[in-house]
Amino acid sequence: MAREDVLVTADWAEENLDTPGVVFVEVDEDASAYDYGHIKGAVKIDWKDDLQDPIRRDFVNQEQFSQLLSERGISNDDTVVLYGGNNNWFAAYAYWYFKLYGHEDVKLLDGGRKKWELDARDVTAEVVKREPTNYVAKPLNWDLRAKRDEVEAAIGVKNLIDVRSPDEYAGRLLAPAHLPQEQSQRAGHIPTALSVPWSKAANEDGTFKSEAELRELYVGEAGLDETKSTIAYCRIGERSSHTWFALRELLGYEDVKNYDGSWTEYGSLVGVPIALGDEPGTK
Amino acid sequence: MSDSCAAPDQDAALPASVDIEKETVLTGTVVNGEGELVQGAYVRLLDGSGEFTAEVVTGEGGQFRFFAAPGKWTLRALSRYGDATGEVEAARGLNETKLAVSR
Repeated sequence: MAREDVLVTADWAEENLDTPGVVFVEVDEDASAYDYGHIKGAVKIDWKDDLQDPIRRDFVNQEQFSQLLSERGISNDDTVVLYGGNNNWFAAYAYWYFKLYGHEDVKLLDGGRKKWELDARDVTAEVVKREPTNYVAKPLNWDLRAKRDEVEAAIGVKNLIDVRSPDEYAGRLLAPAHLPQEQSQRAGHIPTALSVPWSKAANEDGTFKSEAELRELYVGEAGLDETKSTIAYCRIGERSSHTWFALRELLGYEDVKNYDGSWTEYGSLVGVPIALGDEPGTK
Repeated sequence: MSDSCAAPDQDAALPASVDIEKETVLTGTVVNGEGELVQGAYVRLLDGSGEFTAEVVTGEGGQFRFFAAPGKWTLRALSRYGDATGEVEAARGLNETKLAVSR
């Protein structure tokens, strides 16, 4: 897959704001960001309210996803361009959903909201109303999603990529540094997981690094085995969606899964192995 | 406990659950060349080896806040008015820094 098939530049986006069949979608955790200002014509998807099951710890199912996109006025044959804050973490997370549920044409806006704002491009608070559609999601594609038993079985067998910060990996912190550190589950990482913080895949302005730089990062520096399957994880599965995007969509590795249970699940499981410190550890 | 990895509202008061005696908090404001508070600046926290740790966006008061650990940290602000870099030797409690961005 070529970079231009999965990423659009801010210039391309600006030229295609009114192109029929192209729908811009802002995906944020902080819904007020969208309300304060968004790209003209973009609809909003809330990371939590729209994409998570309200009761169980799981994300929306096929029917719920169909209903969400129908309400937002998105059709199966639309080109969906996703962008958001936090260096596109949540946009990449939504991108993964669109792929899980079989949407054909979905892209990320390279650099997301951050690059757009740093470029001082226009945003608007205008309310966007699209006509409802009858979106039909495909059954969930399990080739892209890892569950906990599969992750434990992958220790020492597949590439495991831990994309959290080095301090979270080593067990010195339980959450990213902008959040209070009060979580109670165990710290550390899954044994044999390679540490490649998600941020290494991005430039300072939030755009993805070049494919050559990414390959050097994962294969050259971290030691990813290109002959093996890969599972990426973080704390709750959105930073790892960003890395999943880099590995599968930009570098073209075929068998790459995102483990959305991630450390908040694995670090709470009874009896599973955990490694502490800066080294991957052994099986 | 916050169940996401995204940045909480940077202008909000410290949550009551945060024990300032135990936490190491790096906080401060971003200002532009005219000395005005900059809303919507991206502030990145880099660790002692220059490695990215976290990023937040400043709110109306131009404020940022990180929960870290005692030690040497670098703060890097990006905005439409320009960039700024600040070094902090953080101790337990509140550590305040002002970042003045320029082209």
